[in-house]
Amino acid sequence: MDAIILQILNGLDKGSAYALIALGLTLIFGTLGVVNFAHGALFMIGAFCAVTLSRILTISHTVIDETKTDFLGNPLKVDVPYLYDIFGQATGDVIIDWAVPISILFAIPVMVGIGFAMERGLIKHFYKRPHADQILVTFGLAIVLQEIIKYFYGANPIPTPAPDAFRGSFDFGAMLGFDPNTIIYPYWRLVYFAFAAVIIGAVFAFLQFTTFGMVVRAGMADRETVGLLGINIDKRFTIMFGIAAAVAGLAGVMYTPINSPNYHMGMDFLVLSFVVVVVGGMGSLSGAVLAGFLLGILESFASMAIVLETLPGINQIIIYLVAIIILLTRPRGLMGRKGVMED
Amino acid sequence: MGLNKKDVTLLIIVAILCLFAPFILNPFPEGSAMAQFNAGYPDLMQRLVIFGIFAIGFNILFGLTGYLSFGHAAFLGVGSYAAIWMMKLLTMNVIPAIIISVLVAGLFSLLVGWISLRRSGIYFSILTLAFAQMSYSLAYSVLTPITGGETGLQPKVNDPRILDGALAAGETPRANLFGLQMNESYEMAVGGWVFTFNAGYYMAAVVMLIAFYISIRIFRSPFGMMLRAVKSNQQRLNYTGLNAKPYTLAAFVISGMYAGLAGGLLVAMDTQVGAERMFWTASGEVVLMTILGGAGTLIGPVLGAGFIKYMENIVSKINKSILEQWFAFMPDGIEDLLITLVYPFIGKGWHLTLGILFMLVVIFLPGGLVEGGQRVGRLFKRKKPADDKPDGRTTPAE
Repeated sequence: MDAIILQILNGLDKGSAYALIALGLTLIFGTLGVVNFAHGALFMIGAFCAVTLSRILTISHTVIDETKTDFLGNPLKVDVPYLYDIFGQATGDVIIDWAVPISILFAIPVMVGIGFAMERGLIKHFYKRPHADQILVTFGLAIVLQEIIKYFYGANPIPTPAPDAFRGSFDFGAMLGFDPNTIIYPYWRLVYFAFAAVIIGAVFAFLQFTTFGMVVRAGMADRETVGLLGINIDKRFTIMFGIAAAVAGLAGVMYTPINSPNYHMGMDFLVLSFVVVVVGGMGSLSGAVLAGFLLGILESFASMAIVLETLPGINQIIIYLVAIIILLTRPRGLMGRKGVMED
Repeated sequence: MGLNKKDVTLLIIVAILCLFAPFILNPFPEGSAMAQFNAGYPDLMQRLVIFGIFAIGFNILFGLTGYLSFGHAAFLGVGSYAAIWMMKLLTMNVIPAIIISVLVAGLFSLLVGWISLRRSGIYFSILTLAFAQMSYSLAYSVLTPITGGETGLQPKVNDPRILDGALAAGETPRANLFGLQMNESYEMAVGGWVFTFNAGYYMAAVVMLIAFYISIRIFRSPFGMMLRAVKSNQQRLNYTGLNAKPYTLAAFVISGMYAGLAGGLLVAMDTQVGAERMFWTASGEVVLMTILGGAGTLIGPVLGAGFIKYMENIVSKINKSILEQWFAFMPDGIEDLLITLVYPFIGKGWHLTLGILFMLVVIFLPGGLVEGGQRVGRLFKRKKPADDKPDGRTTPAE
């Protein structure tokens, strides 16, 4: 029992990332009808927003510390971040420590901006082109974005730690009444899951309970009629693209402490997220979220030692296998509806 | 040969280009400043024709039926593994290796195609992508006993090789065609030029010519017409009472076999395999080759493959000191500025150039180089534009 709970928990963080990316993909797909192969790159750029901000926060100037000396007896030179000068050392340390969560505020405008630029500058011209062309041009864009990041940040993963308060693990089993030390779970993963849940909830609430969301949903169902009613649906869809980009970016920002960001992390997640979208049902937002968590948890079950003994290597391919089975038995995916994106 | 006059001319032109490639690709004398643009060395020439085969095969699927597969590198990889096992177990002669690579890749593509072709459009692309990624992960993990995992496979001295005699002491196993070694070259020095004629290249070129001939026949056959019908309007095809699936599946398997053939040839030229050639960026590259040359045209994929592989080799070779040499005549400030601007795109930045190229082609020239050539040709001919549109890209009424 405790092993099962542990695997479910382990699957949650990856599942959250899948769900967030797949949600953004579905939003873009449902509103604009565009297959965005560059969505993984947006996730990656989000992660590098966190890296950038923590670098900006630690920009330092060198000060000679008279009280200390180095091994030669000269006065020691120490790097002092400008933040210390502004806020004092204690507050400055706290801000640097909390760089990743603060990056959320930094990443939202950046990602929305990138999303707008992408939609207005490139994707807009591809609405009427075949899906193949959309796939190809966004694929090219993904390569370009990835290489730009690689040029500026190098090819190695950059460790970006979580704030001290969330760095450890806690004994989840003891809380639930199991033996102590059976279910140990890192705090940050729980934070990530809660964060993902909030974002997903916010997107759904936004679409469900605001006038703007209602118009967007109407546009998803029948773009032409909404346009005929005198509503500028293109503008709203552009905003949705920005939101989808921000969702992917935030997923990336918060993922940095779990997995040190590198330039190809977007591509790694993208392929899986597409599979998630297909399993969930193209164009279905709830399907994307459900399938994201489902596949994340399945993946972590497949990497259990007992499973691996009987079926070696299953953890590498389980997601693809499930996708193939689902597509063969339920071609529209788990929650896909008839007539939505049939080809 | 069952071809009309125009196709025979095309085939002959390609044959002549292949035959004289060592001259054509080596226009600059050895040791001159421009010598780094020479492509007439065996390794690159082999790659040019082998990836030409790969792209020709991909074009049969994508160019004719419009099904965009994002997993073709998997077939290339499977073909390579099959070929290397033939070399380890049977003989270092390349013929059985190539035959088996085509067969195995064909079988694998039959399986993948049978499942993936149940869906069309994006679903198809994602399914093929999923299969390719699955093969890639498996090759790296569970199938390590067969694929060698991260180290890959190469023929060893003590492999069984039933048909070959025992190797002499100190001799290493080399790929050969009935004794003619693939890496054997004859060098001809004329003035400042050195031309290299490589056995492996000519074998690959002959195979490519055969593959090209077959592709012309497919394009001109009733079967090819059916595939084009699938592309222009599958629904209509269904309404006339025809089932498109066997045709698309056949096209998928044929293009999978072409990919396997390319994989087998890669092994024949350079006897080693690693799983990285199955990675999905490799699949993306063949898509780019086909699009860049012109999907749905006969010569396009060959041109595209040649262009990409040439650029890849040349661009990756340029480094900062070469750039400094080029821009040396300029004033220092401008020189430094130009070098900083160009530097990200060369050497290790090849992928950036590739990505930008990819986007530019899709945005501005969806018909590829062939269409570009036709546009330029039209400018000079001053004919009515409707006259010279042989590619038949007319969109049917919905």
